[in-house]
Amino acid sequence: MSAAPLLEIRDLRAAFPGPHGPVEAVRGIDLMLDAGEVLGVVGESGSGKSVAMMALLQLLPPSAIVSGSARFKGRELVGMPRGEIRQILGQEIGCIFQDPLSAFNPVLTIGDQILEAIRLHDRKISTQDAKRRVLDLLASVSIPQPDRRVDQYPHEFSGGMRQRAMIAMALANNPSLLIADEPTTALDVTVQAQILDLLRQLAAERGIGMVLITHDLGVVAGMARDIAVMYGGRVVETGTADDIFYDTCHPYTRGLIAAMPRLEKITEKLVSIEGTPPSIFDRPAGCSFAPRCKLALPDCRATDPSLRPVHRTSVACLRAEEIVAGTQGAVRAEFEKGAL
Amino acid sequence: MLRYLIRRVLGVPFLLLGVASVAFILSQSTKGDPLSALVPERMMNNPEIVQAVEAQWGLDKPLPVRYVVYMKNLVQGDMGTSFNTRRPVARDIAERLPATLELVVAAMIVGTTLGMAIGLLSARFRHSIFDNAARGFALLGSSLPIFWSGLIMLYIFSVQLKWTPGTGRLDARTQAPEGVTGFYTVDALLAGNGGLFIEALSHLALPALVLGWSVIGIVARLVRSSLLDALGQDYVRTARAKGASDRVVLINHALRNALIPVLTVLGFTFAYLITGAVLTEAIFSWPGIGSYAVSAARSLDYPAIGGVTIVGATAFLLANLVTDIAYAWANPRIKVSG
Repeated sequence: MSAAPLLEIRDLRAAFPGPHGPVEAVRGIDLMLDAGEVLGVVGESGSGKSVAMMALLQLLPPSAIVSGSARFKGRELVGMPRGEIRQILGQEIGCIFQDPLSAFNPVLTIGDQILEAIRLHDRKISTQDAKRRVLDLLASVSIPQPDRRVDQYPHEFSGGMRQRAMIAMALANNPSLLIADEPTTALDVTVQAQILDLLRQLAAERGIGMVLITHDLGVVAGMARDIAVMYGGRVVETGTADDIFYDTCHPYTRGLIAAMPRLEKITEKLVSIEGTPPSIFDRPAGCSFAPRCKLALPDCRATDPSLRPVHRTSVACLRAEEIVAGTQGAVRAEFEKGAL
Repeated sequence: MLRYLIRRVLGVPFLLLGVASVAFILSQSTKGDPLSALVPERMMNNPEIVQAVEAQWGLDKPLPVRYVVYMKNLVQGDMGTSFNTRRPVARDIAERLPATLELVVAAMIVGTTLGMAIGLLSARFRHSIFDNAARGFALLGSSLPIFWSGLIMLYIFSVQLKWTPGTGRLDARTQAPEGVTGFYTVDALLAGNGGLFIEALSHLALPALVLGWSVIGIVARLVRSSLLDALGQDYVRTARAKGASDRVVLINHALRNALIPVLTVLGFTFAYLITGAVLTEAIFSWPGIGSYAVSAARSLDYPAIGGVTIVGATAFLLANLVTDIAYAWANPRIKVSG
């Protein structure tokens, strides 16, 4: 591990004003990312994973209330003046969004939008140099015929090509951190793999640290060194990718892993976690996952567990030790049923 | 694109003939007697004179015959002779249309620039005092009837403050400039007559403001709402993520998208004002097409009614065409195929 982390998030919170007072979407999360590494942030929609990242980049609507700390290269992003964070956004931190069709401005050419990303941070660059850089960028993300593509509009690109262009735009100023918010969710499965390969390759080549936000554990499997699993606005389990996949403790993470379709384990039915994530307007007392958890005890509905090291990962679950041991009462019964 | 345009333009004359037919049939089927405009009242009970006049204007022929004659003349560019002015309708219109166009163009310039500026600032400083005040101002503009706001403004600025001259296009004794465009302001400039330009402009200012105020209301509200809509789109977040300032986001990203719906409305507003400036023209004694239309309708002056209808329809068709072109230019997602 190097000296200072690239991104260090401590107790980050984000709330929106609601009809009955502020509603917390992110409830105090801690995350850490070293330079050049990949951190996977996994969770269902509504778990607060995207909101957390948009919060530290100040990309939430102005009504959002953000507190806590997010240090990027030692600089505090939370509460940083707008003018100052604008220097960092697009320059040192690049962003990739889920749906590349709506994320591009429909009335400007792809080339102009990438050009803008360059120009915003380098006012002195000549038009010729900037245009050459745009072409180089498009070529670097393997867009064929960049000189023709550069003058086309977003709707003239296919989904995969648009996401490549989005990556090119995020990389325009050689950032050291890339925030990829569900970069492959809107794409066909075959294209997903290509985009992930491209991201992995570019990040490795350029030594870019990446936060990969996804609801799909399969996406982070081959890419992330560390994984944080989010549920109900908190991190419920975090650890290295291997430990999360092979030695997970949290019932939710286990559920996510069990829900991954696998080729070698052809089952008749796809496994799912019953129930739906809690609404941020009506969050249950105690552990957010308790209402859906087969192992929940009365205690789980009373106290909201905090993250603590158990076995190989850090887990926010009262029964983590029992799950690791897998021997007692209800836990044992669930294991025997093969549900865990 | 060019093929599409040619096809659209070629269709215009046929549409106009259709419009003229409808106008002809509608105006002929209204109850009323056009003879009252043609025959002095005291001669009305003299059947010989009435018959002679009827024969002279072709009113003695049955409707289908009159229709065929009218359409035949129309195809050759002859809109007939006005019962009121006893002059060719085409000449009347040619004389009066520039006055209306000058007024409408000025009102559109006022309405579009102020409307856009107000809409932009309203969206930028949403729910601020400025926003609320501007919205109130815009609402007044589109809801106050012009015969009221026009009279009040005429009273305040012309009668009381004496900032603007009275009604009409020029002072009573001033000779109109040599007609090139028919726009007195432009013609005065072309003639190099600065004094005349100022005079024409000061006469134009108040009616243009009154008429433009209603346009401000339409444009400001539309720009504001479509800007706010655009500002909530994903591409705005992308632009912010690139490090764009609020100003860059607003102008480069949101405004270009927000203008697409505004263009449509501008085209139709322009066309509407060509015949819809009646009240303004009446209050400011503006010798335009609107006041001509009113007097034509009042005395059942069929040829003049037909002529004005054709002018109005042409304005709509052309505005529609220009809007479509502007739309295709502003929105790259629109593909125009021949």
